Amino acid sequence: MSAALLVRALRDPASVARLSAESWNGLIAVARAERLIGTLAHRLKGIMVPPSVAPILADARLDTMREARQALWEADRCVEALRGTGVRTILLKGTAYAAAELRAGQGRFIGDLDILVPRAAMPMVEKALMTAGWEWVKPDPYDDAYYRQWMHELPPMIHRTRDRMIDVHHTVLPLTARQTPDAAAMIADAVEITDGLYMLSAEDRIVHAAAHMLADGDLQGGLRNLWDIYCLLPDADPVVLEVRAAHHGLLPHVRQARRLAASLYGEGARLTLWDRLIRARLLARNGWGQETRKPLVFAFYIRSHWLRMPPHMLARHLWTKWRKGHRPQ
Amino acid sequence: MKHELTLRIGPATFRIGSSWAAPVDQLARLYAAYPQASGTIADFTVRLQPTSLARRWVRPSIFITGDHGLADAAPMSLAHGLLAAEMGMNLQMALGWRRHLLLHASSVEKDGRVLVMTGESGSGKSTLAALLGERGWRLMGDEFALLDLDSGAILPFPRLVSLKNKAIDVVAAEVGDVRMGPLLRDTAKGDIRHMIPRGDAVARMDDGAMPRLLLFPRFGHDADVRAVGQGEIFMRLTQASTNYVALGEPGFAALARFVQAVPARAIDFPSGEAAFEMVERLWEELA
Repeated sequence: MSAALLVRALRDPASVARLSAESWNGLIAVARAERLIGTLAHRLKGIMVPPSVAPILADARLDTMREARQALWEADRCVEALRGTGVRTILLKGTAYAAAELRAGQGRFIGDLDILVPRAAMPMVEKALMTAGWEWVKPDPYDDAYYRQWMHELPPMIHRTRDRMIDVHHTVLPLTARQTPDAAAMIADAVEITDGLYMLSAEDRIVHAAAHMLADGDLQGGLRNLWDIYCLLPDADPVVLEVRAAHHGLLPHVRQARRLAASLYGEGARLTLWDRLIRARLLARNGWGQETRKPLVFAFYIRSHWLRMPPHMLARHLWTKWRKGHRPQ
Repeated sequence: MKHELTLRIGPATFRIGSSWAAPVDQLARLYAAYPQASGTIADFTVRLQPTSLARRWVRPSIFITGDHGLADAAPMSLAHGLLAAEMGMNLQMALGWRRHLLLHASSVEKDGRVLVMTGESGSGKSTLAALLGERGWRLMGDEFALLDLDSGAILPFPRLVSLKNKAIDVVAAEVGDVRMGPLLRDTAKGDIRHMIPRGDAVARMDDGAMPRLLLFPRFGHDADVRAVGQGEIFMRLTQASTNYVALGEPGFAALARFVQAVPARAIDFPSGEAAFEMVERLWEELA
């Protein structure tokens, strides 16, 4: 119920005027759990809120400002590290939105620095980053080999002194996934933001966000990913978006993302049964910020692995991880 | 969650939810004299939940989390539920508070001026604050001192005082059983027992005051007093602060002002009595 409260507050900020203290507590806990408190704080700017809520929102705005500044500095350091390699720094997700001052970036939580580079350039990029002070996070040889063979990114690296993570992608989905987006086309059509920073075209940004949310992963943080998509949509040409999504093999995902975004944050949409299941998963949080609907959440967790790799590979992978002591949360 | 309680301590309000009754019941008893906060909007949510479905009933094991949590936080037994709740509140403050510079320090006030004491766990700062709080000083807090970014004042955060091992008997003898919590044996930090601050500490928990002396106490050595350079003080306080980096420039400015305005000493002491006398003497000289 409380995740629905968050969705309503984002869609219609004025609706918070009628909230009880208990509902406010639920709204704030869920917004923090979904890492949307900064976005909420941004949306509620200028709206009358109870005196005890105002400082909570002000703090959240302060935090997102600091995060954006930190993220942009990391991006700047990355450009510097890749200088001389001839590889452009194409920013993905949060850092791109912040750098380009997109609506999706307003108040957005920004975690790691995600960049996209051509696959052929990966060894060179890796070397350049290590020279500049980034180092491996995962010492496990199995994980390392797995990433390199099958994933769409290098194993995550962290900067030695700044303690910030970088994810270097060469495409947008694992190589074992059923869809194979055209990463080369995305890189070719990237647009410059400023100062040597690039991001995907308006349409590819949505394709990437939809792929990330719906063709990969277990919908953890899905409300935030969907908010991104909702905010990115007005910048894209709907016709070009359809063509582009089809080219990347992700048309059903992009269409579904549009339906879900319209249903949760926009004017509403007619949902399929499958859409409704995803919506139920997205809203699975109670007023304490805890995940609810455990079987559904677990089913999506299983599905995320199912999507990522063929069954025999999945079985081997899970067995290896289990032996190493990994258990699903 | 099944059991809940809302507590206001100084400027922060916590909504604590628990899957078990015991921790909430203990909190309710120990914080009974604090202002009524139920039905208000809390700054933070704290959750005491089982580490897994079965662990609610079988060998109950508490995972401490909330708005802000650590994925690798060690689980705790239900017998230590009160400590878990206190740690849950600490965690929210340490990771989420932005309205003041947080110093991991104890603080006491006399004549409208504040003595701040900081040091690592086991340095004796909690014990010292507890003893001073019984002897003519007002206890402002033993875990966090909140430094106001604009005024430079220290604001109270008078939670239960957490006493460890040998300090328990020393303080309990002075305070009496009525104001003591249950003895928690064999926690990660040894035995722990909480003390309810005196009535004046609770009644005046919204009254800040200007800092006038900073001490770096160290228990278990022969009595000694040393000067500390401002550069070192600054560095030690940045390490004692959990939100210094998050606050950015205002945090830097407030801390720099604090370091320049407040005289500081490092003191070694062999016993609580010795420390008490040293503090009183330094206070006369410097504050």
